[in-house]
Amino acid sequence: MRSGVALSTLGELAERVRPVTLTREQRLPVLPALEGLLPGAGLRRGATVSIGSPPGVGGVTSLALALVADASRLGSWVAAVGLPSLGLVAADELGVALERLVLVAAPERDAWGGVAAALVDGFDLVVLHAGRSGVRPADARRLAARARERGSVLLQLGPGWPEGADLQLQVTRARWEGLGDGHGHLQARKVRVSRSGRGEAAQPRRADFWLPGPDGLVAVVADDVVVDPVAPARPLRAVG
Amino acid sequence: MTAVRTLVVRCADWPIVAAGVALDVPAAVVYANRVVATSPAARQHDVVQHQRRREAQSRCPALEVLDHDPARDARIFEPIVAALDALTPRVEIALPGQVAFPTRGPSRFFGGDDALMAQAHTIVSEALGERGGCQVGIADGPFAAVLAAQAARPTMVIAPGGTPAFLMPLPMATLDRPELVDVLGRLGLRTLGALAALPERDVLARFGAEGREAWRLASGLDERPPALAPPPDDLTVSVELDPPADTVAPAAFLARGLAEELHQRLWARGSACTRVVIGAETEHGEHLERVWRAEGALTAAAIADRLRWQLDGWIGGSARHRPTAGISRLWLAPDEVVPAGGRQLGFWGSDAATGDRARRAVARVQGLLGVGSVAVPEWRGSRDPATQIALVAAEAIDLTAERPGAQRDRVLGPWPGRLPTPSPAWVHGEPTAAEVVDAAGERVLVSGRGTLSASPRRLSVTGGPWADILAWAGPWPLEERWWDTARRRRRARLQLVTADGQARLVTLESGTWHIEATYD
Repeated sequence: MRSGVALSTLGELAERVRPVTLTREQRLPVLPALEGLLPGAGLRRGATVSIGSPPGVGGVTSLALALVADASRLGSWVAAVGLPSLGLVAADELGVALERLVLVAAPERDAWGGVAAALVDGFDLVVLHAGRSGVRPADARRLAARARERGSVLLQLGPGWPEGADLQLQVTRARWEGLGDGHGHLQARKVRVSRSGRGEAAQPRRADFWLPGPDGLVAVVADDVVVDPVAPARPLRAVG
Repeated sequence: MTAVRTLVVRCADWPIVAAGVALDVPAAVVYANRVVATSPAARQHDVVQHQRRREAQSRCPALEVLDHDPARDARIFEPIVAALDALTPRVEIALPGQVAFPTRGPSRFFGGDDALMAQAHTIVSEALGERGGCQVGIADGPFAAVLAAQAARPTMVIAPGGTPAFLMPLPMATLDRPELVDVLGRLGLRTLGALAALPERDVLARFGAEGREAWRLASGLDERPPALAPPPDDLTVSVELDPPADTVAPAAFLARGLAEELHQRLWARGSACTRVVIGAETEHGEHLERVWRAEGALTAAAIADRLRWQLDGWIGGSARHRPTAGISRLWLAPDEVVPAGGRQLGFWGSDAATGDRARRAVARVQGLLGVGSVAVPEWRGSRDPATQIALVAAEAIDLTAERPGAQRDRVLGPWPGRLPTPSPAWVHGEPTAAEVVDAAGERVLVSGRGTLSASPRRLSVTGGPWADILAWAGPWPLEERWWDTARRRRRARLQLVTADGQARLVTLESGTWHIEATYD
């Protein structure tokens, strides 16, 4: 057992220190549950990823946090721009290392390009929210080119992005479990994520996840996982 | 070889004096919720350093709490340093409120240590005026001289060669190395004399370089064996200011880059500096120069801080001391260079290198968006998703250093009343107004006993369209700080899932509903 673990650790290490890698082979690791969704089982350095959802379906922010979690845990720095309302406790629960997370206030539309370019230079992962005003097409193109050159991954959230990203993820369905009619509490959420994109991501794919699962972890939905509905508590009545 | 004979002038409780508070008023300077300096009056009420703010206030309710502002301390200290320039050009500032200089030349000129000390005391007392007293100490080496100044009433000379005897009975805690002092204490070494009595070789073998530094200090020697070669000239870095700066802001902006450059140059040679000369030249050709010294190696951020404080001292000073024209050139020269005992970069994608890259990017963004635009998370104890983690401005923090504040285990206590996990991924900074109604369209309310007036059926966000509530749970009442009439809060919280599939946390406070967070 122990040697098995050691061997797999060694294998992982060998993979990480392999001397020759092509740029397009360099990938940032993601949580095991998300590997099936991404081409090459990781976030390719230099790629742009857009994450969206049709109106009324949530889960975009959590999916973005889950995508950066593993790389962040293994030492990459993450910058979040224009996300002042990011739930940092949730980020921690999903596995993001808060000591390597930096939040940047949303810049003015004119300063956008400069700020994002500076961040791409310094951070492996940059999560961007375009905000209401959106991003100028020229800025977005320049930014994508810069990320490609520097090997950073751009994650674009929300609407307002003029360019089609290399990898487009859509949360098409989300359902919360654990909450009843006056009892229980939110425990787990099942989401369906569909992928489209360019190049190696061109082949569409779809997967169901727990984001998060009943145990708080991101996992691929297996059919036999059932969340126990919490026993309905008798509602409190005022007495005396 | 004994240490360089040094004179130290210490203005007692300088942060309090610089804040303009009389020393007979109980006052404390608080930084990061801890007391960092106290006035004598506060000490009489048992307010001491490292205490929590709340504890200090409970011991002395009349305590005046002051903000920690090293720039102010340095600015107000500058005229006093300038006054000492009459004695020697080699005044070193250790920190605002404490200066040191070697006595060899001035002592001979003024006719002995005692005469020099009297001179220094008179000059500083005059410069201080009514604002408090100063202490002067002379001993072999800056470490012993600081201790002599602390013990001085108001002056004290330790005769040449007498320093080891002076240090011998002092407690080990005077070495500012808590971990080492703890270990030595457990070994039964409680005074500096006990440590100095051990053979240097054995201390080095057992405690490494840090132990040897402690041994050297305890023996009345310099912390490190003196460096024989002065640093070569080419390490000086300078920057021209065009147009010349007559306010602090533009110069301070360049200070950061300049400090970074000096640090990089030293780093490339595997060294770091413990003493740095900060120089400036004005349009009228005035030459300003100050030496700053630190106990350990100065980091880039520490050099930048000192440069900014010094600029503040020059430019922000009174009309008599400030230069007559704008500053046109700034330079930094390392005065004492030691081998950098810093981190060795890791072999594979090391943390330190990526942290450094991130820090530089953050500095650039701050330049573009202004100070305060970049923040990093730190844990706080709380029951709200919004306040469990506070955002701290990045300039207050060394991003490359270990940051215990960002670790979850820093939160002590169970904080009963917290919501169960998972936590919401979207926390509204400003709560969004909402309306929650029952089947009859009446607003749902929560009674004093924590029961709902009716089951919630529909939700409207900021007056928008109504959405049916599919599932809900609560109310979870929360009553905080009931003892404080100004800051008390009573709330009841509900989790809701509406027909559009969104899960939200809504709060009822003073009869109105708000969306506190969204489980996005």
